[in-house]
Parts: sequence; C-alpha cells; structure tokens
Amino acid sequence: MPILTSEDVVRVRQKVRSWAIEMGFNLIDQTKLVTAASELARNTINYGGGGEFRLEALNEGNRSGLRLTFEDHGPGIEDVELALKDGYTTAGGLGLGLGGSKRLVNEFDIFSRPGEGTRITVTRWRP
Amino acid sequence: MERIPILKMGHFLLVTIQVDMHDRLALTLQDDLTNQILKTGAHGVLIDISSLEVVDSFIGRMLGNMANMSRLLDAETVVVGMKPAVAITLVELGVSLKGVRTALNVEKGMELLQEPLRSKAGARGDEQQEG
Repeated sequence: MPILTSEDVVRVRQKVRSWAIEMGFNLIDQTKLVTAASELARNTINYGGGGEFRLEALNEGNRSGLRLTFEDHGPGIEDVELALKDGYTTAGGLGLGLGGSKRLVNEFDIFSRPGEGTRITVTRWRP
Repeated sequence: MERIPILKMGHFLLVTIQVDMHDRLALTLQDDLTNQILKTGAHGVLIDISSLEVVDSFIGRMLGNMANMSRLLDAETVVVGMKPAVAITLVELGVSLKGVRTALNVEKGMELLQEPLRSKAGARGDEQQEG
C-alpha cells in the first residue's frame, strides 16, 4: 500500500495492528510493532517523499512473525550509522524514529543509496 | 475539518483524544488548545489519552509541546490514562515526556490540577474546608 499522507500513516498502524492481533501477538508486542511501523511510515513521507509499505506474515518451522517493509525513492541516507543515532535529526524532530524503532523490533535491516532511495525491513517474532 | 473537541469545565479545559490521530490533526489540536487557553483563561488542562493505543515519538513530542505551551500561558497540564503497553513502548522508544505531569486517571488528574488553586485560595485567607 502507498504511504503518501499522514492519513496513510494511520492506515499503516491499523493494518499492522489487525495482522498482529490475528497472529496472536500479545498487547505489548502489538503496541511495539505498531509504534515502530508508525515511526517508519512517517519517515518514508518526511525523508523519502512518500513510498510503499508491505506486510508479510512469516512462518518458519516453529516460529512465526511479522515483517514490515518501507521503501521510498527519495534522496537516500548519506550516513546510516549517524541516522540511527538517538537525537540525530535533519527534520527538526526528536531524532528517535530510526533508532527507537530499531529497539522495538527483533530484526532491523536498512538499505540506502544516496540519490536512489531507502528500504527498511523490520521483523518481530512472536515469543 | 476534523477536530478534537476541547471542553471547558470550570477553571479547566478537558481534552479527550478518542481517535487514532494523524499528524495534522495533532497539530490542529495544539493550535486549538493554545487559543482556548487564551480565550477562557483556564488554569489547567487535562488531556485524557486512555483511548490511545499508540503514542509514537511525534504524538509524544506533541504532548510535551502542549504542556510547555500551556505553562507559558499560565495553565498546568496533566496527561492522564496512559495504557501500560504505551508506557513500556515509549520508554523503549526513548521518549521520556520530561516536563509532562501525568496521573493514572481523570479523577486523579483533576485532583492534581485543583491543588494549586486551593493553596492560592488558602493564601488569600478564604475559608475552604475539605471533607
């Protein structure tokens, strides 16, 4: 689904919530996952100029999880390590979006090329 | 335009956020609240977030902004009703809501807001017995 407006961010939150409930995540894990999704969806708009969101249910042997992918074709991130640091921001926010959402999930992958865009994939496994 | 209602109750303003807020709605609320404080001369603001299932860094920042702006306009703010899962997530996210007073529910939040008014009344020598 596309992420272009702040209403889309709300839709992303609702979608992630309903899938997380369906997969049997407990309330705290649902909240963490939805919050991470909200941060990353907003980043897609604010930094990437909008993009795409994908949601996958994972079943691997005896574990299951949810994987969220956010992709944009914006300016990309020059220094990923710096962008992940708490308090670093180029848009006047708190600078907690990337680093904070990383703490709310189990796996966090970021792929970015300056001038081409950014793809962030996060996964949370059901305990 | 979609708006979050601000109710006046005596010396206080009451804001109950009952929808999953998008960012523009949150910014509108911030503006509306400062306008209402000026218009009503309210001494306190109670923001009830018991219906909010998610508070991310943006909404957290907005709550902090509203508390700071209100203070500059001579009104105290208390945020009430935060869900435990939201509190756990906010701490992990790194949002501490420094400078924002909180209470468990509307009743306790109201007590917090009434305290300074009572002591002011006491300092003026008003006789107010508490039961």
